[in-house]
Amino acid sequence: MEDKLIIKGIEFKSRLWVGTGKYKDFEETRKAIEASGADVVTVAVRRVNIIDSKSENLLDYINPKNYKILPNTAGCYTVEDALRYSRLAREAGISDLIKLEVIGDEKTLFPDVCGLLKATEILAKEGFIVLPYTNDDPIMAKRLVDAGAAAVMPLAAPIGSGLGIRNPYNMKIILEQATVPVIVDAGVGTASDVAIAMELGCDGVLLNTAIAGAKDPIAMAEAMKHAVIAGRLAYKAGRIPKKLYATASSPVEGMI
Amino acid sequence: MKLIVNGKDFNSNIGTVQELLNELGIKPGRVAVEVNLSIIKKTDYDSHRLNDGDKVEIVNFVGGGE
Repeated sequence: MEDKLIIKGIEFKSRLWVGTGKYKDFEETRKAIEASGADVVTVAVRRVNIIDSKSENLLDYINPKNYKILPNTAGCYTVEDALRYSRLAREAGISDLIKLEVIGDEKTLFPDVCGLLKATEILAKEGFIVLPYTNDDPIMAKRLVDAGAAAVMPLAAPIGSGLGIRNPYNMKIILEQATVPVIVDAGVGTASDVAIAMELGCDGVLLNTAIAGAKDPIAMAEAMKHAVIAGRLAYKAGRIPKKLYATASSPVEGMI
Repeated sequence: MKLIVNGKDFNSNIGTVQELLNELGIKPGRVAVEVNLSIIKKTDYDSHRLNDGDKVEIVNFVGGGE
């Protein structure tokens, strides 16, 4: 049976979404993304180099025909900036998708949820498909959906920290009440973190640093691909309950 | 005419947004252009005239993650 992630009618081939930052070069970015099997790649919106406009661009390596380009508003600390970057991204791009970030603090990169909520509401009204990067806070997740978010993207841990899912119980609550897909965004460190997120029932995982910062990014990208698939399958299969004592798996009957 | 393009002083005699992109060697396909905080639609690049002192921002997509 097909088990596809769908957001606002858009079908996604993979539940793993990957970023394009922090790689050694564009060639490594391309290879890692290919190995990850992702069909969503996130990008940032920045000034064109007007001194050397002939310099290579990321999209020369990652063909927008083969991937869904998901622009983010990384680096935006105010609602105004997040709106400005979102609108520019839509004009430069090909879709209404926006990974909305309103950052609250430079050191933690935790979201400013008050600003995030405001920006989500405005952009959703403008027809954007808003995917907000938020805290692992079930109430805020609900508020964002009420404001028009097409999915919610709670953090596992601070961006780039590699700490894994710090609060699986909050994530469970978010999932239990979610009426939109839940994509874990940021903080995973390795394949097991991804598998845990998927086993909890998350609809997808977005990561960047865990691949780009690995010793062998291309091998890690492949590991992440399998982790997402394995975690999702385990979730669908339904794990056994945890018990304190053993239960024999070989029959007692027939013993001599 | 004096413009500020991506934060830098830019002296030129060009008339429209499209002419500015041509002069900079930028293909319009994957960029977005803002003049004095207003986004210029791609279909208006040819008709939108630039004026002395205009602040122009030309952006594109770069590598970025979470």
